[in-house]
Amino acid sequence: MTGTFIGRARAITFLAIAALFLSGQREPILVPEVSQSRIEVRQGFTGANLLLYGAVIDPDGTRRQTEYDIVVVLKGPTEPIRLREKDRIAGIWMNAGSSDFRSAPSFFAVASSRPIDEIVDPRTAAIYELGTQFIQLSPSGQIEPEEQARFASGLVEMRQRGGLYKEDPQGVRISEGVLYQARIVLPSNVITGPYTAETFAIANGRVLASATAEIAVEKVGLEGEVVNAAERASLLYGLGAILLSLSMGWFAGRFFNRS
Amino acid sequence: MDVYLPIANLSVNGLFIVLLGGLTGILSGLFGVGGGFLTTPLLIFYGIPPTVAAASAATQVTGASVSGVLAHSKQNGVDYRMGAVMVGGGVVGALIGALLFSALQSLGQIDVVINVLYVLMLGTIGSLMMREAVDALRPGSKTGGNQPRKRRHHPLVAGLPFRWRFYRSGLYISPLAPLILGTLVGVLTMLMGVGGGFILVPAMLYLLGMSGNVVVGTSLFQILFVTMVTTMTHALTTKAVDIILAGLLLLGSVLGAQFGTQIAMKARPEVLRLVLAAIVIAVALRMLYGLGVQPDEIYTVSPL
Repeated sequence: MTGTFIGRARAITFLAIAALFLSGQREPILVPEVSQSRIEVRQGFTGANLLLYGAVIDPDGTRRQTEYDIVVVLKGPTEPIRLREKDRIAGIWMNAGSSDFRSAPSFFAVASSRPIDEIVDPRTAAIYELGTQFIQLSPSGQIEPEEQARFASGLVEMRQRGGLYKEDPQGVRISEGVLYQARIVLPSNVITGPYTAETFAIANGRVLASATAEIAVEKVGLEGEVVNAAERASLLYGLGAILLSLSMGWFAGRFFNRS
Repeated sequence: MDVYLPIANLSVNGLFIVLLGGLTGILSGLFGVGGGFLTTPLLIFYGIPPTVAAASAATQVTGASVSGVLAHSKQNGVDYRMGAVMVGGGVVGALIGALLFSALQSLGQIDVVINVLYVLMLGTIGSLMMREAVDALRPGSKTGGNQPRKRRHHPLVAGLPFRWRFYRSGLYISPLAPLILGTLVGVLTMLMGVGGGFILVPAMLYLLGMSGNVVVGTSLFQILFVTMVTTMTHALTTKAVDIILAGLLLLGSVLGAQFGTQIAMKARPEVLRLVLAAIVIAVALRMLYGLGVQPDEIYTVSPL
């Protein structure tokens, strides 16, 4: 694993240098790579450990002279959701208020080489969504701004507890000023779909370079079949479930009553 | 052993689910109830989404009641006529339940309704059972259950028109009574993922006045068919039946049921009833506590 990682990293460095001689641009070049471009959710899936790595080099082909920081943002498919808030009504905790968000990412992880507030100012952080408080949730519906903010932070905190939204200010390791690597753990309850990993190279509070990589999270094998069947062939799926329970009950009855 | 549940969309400890199924299986073997009343809340405590828990528990109850129905039918313990009427009601009830389910879901109140129903149902039935069991166990009482109880159906039932003869139940009553009872239980099955045995059995005994030897078999017969319809309704509407989860639960419960039947033959029935009453009350209290205390998570997400 490490061997191939170093090998691939070397190859990337080489490619980056080659690319830069061809293009001759002045901005630093960022070449990102992901350990897996496809995550298969199958039986026994307990989550995935994603390694995001790459290299940053100056246009003149050497390592960067100035210090820079790397921020990696991994984002899952966004979905429109309704967030409900429980309140005590007549002594019972039940859903009271609600708020709609048109683009809530199902997964959101930020890893950086230093705490974000030491790297960029809040405005830049908000533009690039570098942090869970900067996620663009696109709230909708008529609701007061303060209440809206309460719901938004409620959503973020809830998903943080569930391991779906996270920030790791020491999550990126930069070695020799050229190579960086970040580890992001996907829990088992992630939603399937296309994930995007955005990497930003930042120096002096300015984003110098950014690059995007795609990761597909898919249910495959039996798990994929089950979901497909439940969604598309509901009638057969229901019959299958009934048949399974009938036969298991019947077999157990026969088997044990004989002995 | 980690098992990924594709519909519930999370990874669980498979052994734990099998054991949970086994526990409810033991209960069903011991007491002749499906055990759904215990499966659904425990699955929810474990973190399974409530809808998936209710849908998959219904599938499990089907399996748990098959061998019971077979065993009882061999001993003429099923009143098929009565059962068919109740199943008819149960199917209607399951469909009404499905409508209620989606209406409550869009209002965001399905969870609280499920919880309140649990507290009310289990609290009432548990206390009634507890009182009876304690009475029966108290020294000096007329060795409870042994002397024939005067069978009589409720005056409300007697007042209904169009009487039919139900030979095995020893009744001459209007089919409307079991039809309505079946409908009510069908609604509960759909909403709560329970078979409803813990409501059916007392209602059949005390409201309809059925003869004791066909009560459990007929109730299992109704549960068998209504949970099949419920599974189907869930598969078609909520799409929340997790076949892997149901399979694990079934594995435990069919084994547990056999074990429970063995225990049931050795233990005193009054003690068994006392234990069941205690379990039912404990679940009700836990759910009541959950309603009254601020939950860990006050936010919930539903797709738009």
